[in-house]
Amino acid sequence: MKATRKEKLIKLMAEEFTAIELNLYLDTHPQDKRALELYNETVERLYALLEDYERHYGPISNFGLSPSSYPWQWIEEPWPWEINFCDREDNEQCGYMKKS
Amino acid sequence: MWIYEKKLEYPAKICTTNPKLAKVIITQYGGPDGELAASLRYLTQRYSMPTGRSKAVLNDIGTEELAHLEIVATLVYNLTKDASIREIKAAGMDGYYADHDKALYFVNGDGVPWTAAYIQSKGDPIADMNENLAAEQKARATYEYLIQLSDDPGVTETLRWLRQREIVHYQRFGETLEHLYDYYSKDHYYFMGSETC
Ligand SMILES: [Fe+2]
Repeated sequence: MKATRKEKLIKLMAEEFTAIELNLYLDTHPQDKRALELYNETVERLYALLEDYERHYGPISNFGLSPSSYPWQWIEEPWPWEINFCDREDNEQCGYMKKS
Repeated sequence: MWIYEKKLEYPAKICTTNPKLAKVIITQYGGPDGELAASLRYLTQRYSMPTGRSKAVLNDIGTEELAHLEIVATLVYNLTKDASIREIKAAGMDGYYADHDKALYFVNGDGVPWTAAYIQSKGDPIADMNENLAAEQKARATYEYLIQLSDDPGVTETLRWLRQREIVHYQRFGETLEHLYDYYSKDHYYFMGSETC
């Protein structure tokens, strides 16, 4: 997998992780306006990253959530467990959690 | 309904072949405090939760645990995929190999298969939430033991991330327990433990 694709994927993963974390927090703090604001901002950024990634590399989700070009792209490899992040730089250990 | 996302929740880094490490990590796939047990426990407890909030917490954490199950599988798969028969034998994985080759199967580090007896769904939300708090602590402890056993820095990094998630889940379940105490009126449940007393 090319470096640019992997970089975009890692960005997308980081953004969605932010959304997951805020989602769980909001489940138990539904009246935290600041967290809700952050969640909605994250959703917007995540949508933009998803749209860009899928346009270049095909759908992240199936079952009607994203379109496919011809031929049906969902079956394209690699599948997630086949993507090697071994070349991910060590200093990204924290960078993954940070906003870039 | 669930939708699959064709990506991991965390970019797991596996740079070596290490069946010996895979053999112990697999307990978080199919062991007593592993991710399968976690996910199925929370998802099945959803139905008997009394409030929108408690249903949401179990639904969402149960779903995230499936993503963790996939990360653990990714570790085991990549640590073993290029292992030779000699390495498999040296790692003590020959018994596993005889039954599964290098396929993923739900066992603990000693090959004991997963069982629903690992989990409980009691129908009593207070009892269930206490079980979940314990489950998260047991999973955290398991990740700490695995970190001690790990001789691969990349894998350790992923194990540390998974451990962190257990701490966050524990926190959210703790808040949910408090919320349930409020819902039922705290003292009654805290001291009696049963609605019929
Ligand atoms: Fe957890």
